[in-house]
Amino acid sequence: MARRVLPGFGLSLGYTLAYLGLIVLLPLAALAVKASGLGLGGLWDTLTSAQVLAALRLSFGAALLSAVINAVVGLLVAWVLVRYTFPGRRLFDALVDLPFALPTAVAGIALTTLYAPKGWLGAWLVPLGVKIAFTPLGVLVAMIFVGFPFVVRTVQPVLESLDRDIEEAATMLGASRLQTFTRVLFPLLLPALLTGFALALARAVGEYGSVIFIAGNIPLKSEILPLVIVKQLEQHKYSDAAAVGVIMLALSFLLLLAISLLQRWTQRWTER
Amino acid sequence: MLKSLRRTLLGSLLWLGVAAANAADITLLNVSYDPTRELYKSINTAFAVQWKADKGDSVVVNMSHGGSGKQARSVVDGLEADVVTLALAYDIDALAQKGLLGADWQQRLPHNATPFTSTIVFLVRKGNPKAIRDWGDLVKPDVEVITPNPKTSGGARWNYLAAWGYALRLPGGSDATAKAFVAALFRNVPVLDTGARGATTTFAQRGVGDVLLAWESEALLARQELGADEFDVVVPSVSILAEPPVAVVDKVADKHGTRAVAEAYLKFLYTPAAQEMAAKHYYRPRDAAAAAKYAAVFPNITTFTIDEVFGGWQKAQATHFSDGGVFDQIGVGK
Repeated sequence: MARRVLPGFGLSLGYTLAYLGLIVLLPLAALAVKASGLGLGGLWDTLTSAQVLAALRLSFGAALLSAVINAVVGLLVAWVLVRYTFPGRRLFDALVDLPFALPTAVAGIALTTLYAPKGWLGAWLVPLGVKIAFTPLGVLVAMIFVGFPFVVRTVQPVLESLDRDIEEAATMLGASRLQTFTRVLFPLLLPALLTGFALALARAVGEYGSVIFIAGNIPLKSEILPLVIVKQLEQHKYSDAAAVGVIMLALSFLLLLAISLLQRWTQRWTER
Repeated sequence: MLKSLRRTLLGSLLWLGVAAANAADITLLNVSYDPTRELYKSINTAFAVQWKADKGDSVVVNMSHGGSGKQARSVVDGLEADVVTLALAYDIDALAQKGLLGADWQQRLPHNATPFTSTIVFLVRKGNPKAIRDWGDLVKPDVEVITPNPKTSGGARWNYLAAWGYALRLPGGSDATAKAFVAALFRNVPVLDTGARGATTTFAQRGVGDVLLAWESEALLARQELGADEFDVVVPSVSILAEPPVAVVDKVADKHGTRAVAEAYLKFLYTPAAQEMAAKHYYRPRDAAAAAKYAAVFPNITTFTIDEVFGGWQKAQATHFSDGGVFDQIGVGK
């Protein structure tokens, strides 16, 4: 094996693995052990109950949709913030991070106040037949809110580091504006965009605090998975709660893994 | 020089420790549910005064508040509560099942170990525009009912059981008719908050729904806090006797050596002084004298208990609120 340029590989790897194990794997292992108390039959019964299935659909469906919306809008916002100068740009830039800073319960209460039938927006929307608060649509709105900063903040630095020369070269070589974007810029942004997408998705799947206020929480209709876990805990059914937690983790992990693979693939594709 | 400095520091630290131990001879931890915050604040002060007069020791009762089920869980997970004062016996039973206290805990104090009670009433908008007088009005198609989720809120389980008990008492009432009645009621529920305060917010601040099902103590407090010109309290013809029980956690009290004072603390809840404080905070006192004094606050209402109608919490929980139970079978919302 060739000598590495930087010394201390063994030490830093050991440190990394120990830290990951302690902070991430240990709690997850405890969760899995708790869930295993159910046995395979019990696990299957819990996970295939109508409530869990409905909540799975809502949690992952709304989270995926919110991440897609955040990817599109986030890319636009990042583009505008990097490529244009306009009065108040720094202010808008700072505003992007606000959903991070706000305690999620506060966000949930604020959104519910806006969209409730008597709220500022709700008072206009509900007569038009658009009900957001206390419906699955409300879940989506809350998830979009908490996941918004991720895509902007991952795409922004990449966009800033892009050389204008590339675009100029593309134009000189006869590419149209659309072609410059789709064939030259977009592939370069895609890995960062996917990272932001994955982060927004993961955040939305696990979100409880803000969603719970606006969702309405009607069983089989607007119940998210974390609420199903809380319901199990209230019945002092720890193993069932852990089982739902494990399935959530497993699905999230698969999704994140798929995104990471997709990212690797696009990177290779761009380099070619 | 350095050595002596170290000794000085050590000495002063020791002093600090001794001083702290002296200032609070005994501390108790009372793990309670959410809306008892103000009530126990006044009771704890009064108890400390009396204990000091009787025994000469000072007692500080620390409080922990939260949803009843969550609080029970914390105690199971190792929160060292000397006493628990929760919203329903089911949550204390869960502690007994873990061996933290004896299974006979509810027989150790008078009145099912419940020093004060409440009942389920309706909070409606001022002037009662939908003319809601009794449980039967809640299933009308144009009425929207706000209640928290019985699965996540101990308080809401009382709401559900009160409605069930009402339907059972109707002429020709049976489990089948009660189930149909409760199903019709929950079809009128547009939002299921996870806790009682959340439901109150939805009803009072968001303006959702025509009627809020609530503990009488919460309804009266909400009317006082949020404005008597905005809400009316409607007392139905019959309701459930909500019994939030209290118990000493044997394992913890023995470990701390606080059994005597913990037991005295719970007995103190039954004294006329504490009973009056309970009434002031809108809990119905067990003590006849205190009840008579606050009769204007608490209108007469026929109540039934969970033991009479449902055979106790364990049975009610298994039948109605377990996974696949009756509550899961009826649909919520339109």
